[in-house]
Amino acid sequence: MTINQSGWKPTAPAGRGDAAGTTFTGNKALMLEEPLIFEIGDDQTTGVDFILPARGEGDRRPQAGGGGGSPHGAASAEAPLHHPAAPGGAAPRAGEDRLGGLARTASIGLPGLSEPETVRHYTRLSRQNYAIDLGLFPLGSCTMKHNPRLNEKVARLPGFADVHPLQPVDTVQGALAVINELAVWLIKLTGMYGVAMSPKAGAHGELCGILCIKAALEKRGEGHRKVVLVPESAHGTNPATAAFAGFTVEDIPATVDGRVDLAALRARLGPDIAAVMITNPNTCGLFERDLKAISDAVHAAGGYVYCDGANFNAIVGKVRPGDLGVDAMHINLHKTFSTPHGGGGPGSGPVVLSEALAPFGPLPFTARMADGHIALIEEETAGDDHPDTFGRMTAFHGQMGMFTRALTYILSHGADGLQQVAEDAVLNANYVLRRLEDTLDAPFAGSGPCMHEAIFSDRGLAPGFSTIDIAKALIDEGYHPMTMYFPLVVHGAMLVEPTETESKAALDQFIGALRSVAERAKAGDAALKTAPHFAPRARLDETLAARKPVLVWKPPVAEAQAAE
Amino acid sequence: MSRYFTEDHEWIEVEGQTGTVGISDYAQGQLGDIVFVEAPDSGRSLGKGDEAAVVESVKAASDVYAPVSGTVTEGNPALADEPSLVNSDPEGEGWFFKLTLSDPSELESLMDETAYAAFVAKL
Repeated sequence: MTINQSGWKPTAPAGRGDAAGTTFTGNKALMLEEPLIFEIGDDQTTGVDFILPARGEGDRRPQAGGGGGSPHGAASAEAPLHHPAAPGGAAPRAGEDRLGGLARTASIGLPGLSEPETVRHYTRLSRQNYAIDLGLFPLGSCTMKHNPRLNEKVARLPGFADVHPLQPVDTVQGALAVINELAVWLIKLTGMYGVAMSPKAGAHGELCGILCIKAALEKRGEGHRKVVLVPESAHGTNPATAAFAGFTVEDIPATVDGRVDLAALRARLGPDIAAVMITNPNTCGLFERDLKAISDAVHAAGGYVYCDGANFNAIVGKVRPGDLGVDAMHINLHKTFSTPHGGGGPGSGPVVLSEALAPFGPLPFTARMADGHIALIEEETAGDDHPDTFGRMTAFHGQMGMFTRALTYILSHGADGLQQVAEDAVLNANYVLRRLEDTLDAPFAGSGPCMHEAIFSDRGLAPGFSTIDIAKALIDEGYHPMTMYFPLVVHGAMLVEPTETESKAALDQFIGALRSVAERAKAGDAALKTAPHFAPRARLDETLAARKPVLVWKPPVAEAQAAE
Repeated sequence: MSRYFTEDHEWIEVEGQTGTVGISDYAQGQLGDIVFVEAPDSGRSLGKGDEAAVVESVKAASDVYAPVSGTVTEGNPALADEPSLVNSDPEGEGWFFKLTLSDPSELESLMDETAYAAFVAKL
């Protein structure tokens, strides 16, 4: 069997951390407990009153309480059908069943809540959330950074927000111009030849890139190349994408300093290699200095180079992947270009393509004609200009709402501003790394400056203590924890990505919190094992949750029988 | 009767032509609390190194490989309701499946208890 060596080993919590005192309500001052809506309301009431229709002759429906479920619930759902008098005809009799006997006979099981109950429910839940608008979000490799409100303002302009993808292109020239302008910027920033704008997120972009590679190989008559090489530290989506597209995945070993082992890679290259997938900067937070040499070797062996551009925010404006020999790279607009991320909005993963792969890119795409008119190149209009396209990734043009936001971010920063984004992201990560390397083990601290993220291990913690105890205690300190136990190549990994949007004061406070928690873990402070203590829920029993999962709310048994 | 181990942390106890397969104490310790086990159905024919069973802990699902070739005669029915047996008694009650060996000479490539202990000590 295979054993994941990350060191992550969740178990049942050792004991309950009792916060000082309990309250009658379970509320903790401003931190309000909130039951499920099914527990607040019941299906016998409704938040809105409807007048029960008078029953007409011949109405055979079961009477209220006569085994037909909820009288009010049924009334509220059906009454509106009976209100309007049919114009120019006989008014339907109140209560007449016009559903051909298909009216439901049992309650649909939705609780009736009043408007204030409903508003409070969701508002209370929202307050139990942690968000980038509340504080630093150090999730490494996720790039949780501020979403500028200017982006939101522009995205809500009616000319962008109220258009439909099936509108005639002449009526949406402005929106198409945004897609085209963003495409031009992405090509320029990456030094590539073309771009596919339609992929909906990073992993979708990976698939787009790999499908381009597959199409290019087949066109060359080399569809027998079936192996994609992926480093051990890669995002899990890389091997998953390659496997999904029908390739076999093999590991590329890493050197002790956390980078791709060029000699081992060269030794593996051969006529069966379709591509390599390399993340640069990589998931250990390091720049792959040998990427150009890697690309040259892969190209010489007849393969293509896919670059995972998830961490492009560390090099935007400083390095052009096209100069490093990359053939395809997705760009997470929700990372590098500040569009909402993680429940706040959809992702968007445009893929920039080299001259070798661009002919195989998906439809549709925009093209600015000599007269300034922007055309949408689709199956009907591609003609002989784009015969090698592998097809379509998605129904329409991509995540329009993210294009407007990303282009706003790019234009409001300008070329020099984007350069500073990368510089500040790297500066902040190095500040975190160097301020904490004396407290926490930093396995790659000796490999030189880090890029956008700093990585630590659980080495040196007291026996029985692991990264999860530090993460849970950070919740008590008011932070969303960093990425933990990833990448797998570092035992008990803690991956911290501060991003460029945090100030020195914010970083100092976070560093102080992490240092304090780490010192407690090294000293074996038993209170850490039951953290968090101040969160709405204490340490969860992950074992019980996995062994006996409760996935949906079920009505209490007595009520269920009554409803039969 | 003798017990052998693989480098992938399976053990097999052989009695005549019948082998009983499970995962080692070291493996269960690394996986943490086991929450689900999918044992193979009887009659399934396995080659050495084939994916034979799945063990799921809170952190991950892992494949359990067949230490030798053979035909499955029985999966451990107790694990369906009580996967925690793999934690409490990995090399006894927490066995995964039994099989009839098709090539007993394959056992020669496996480690004995002492060799496995030395192998684990180096991890």
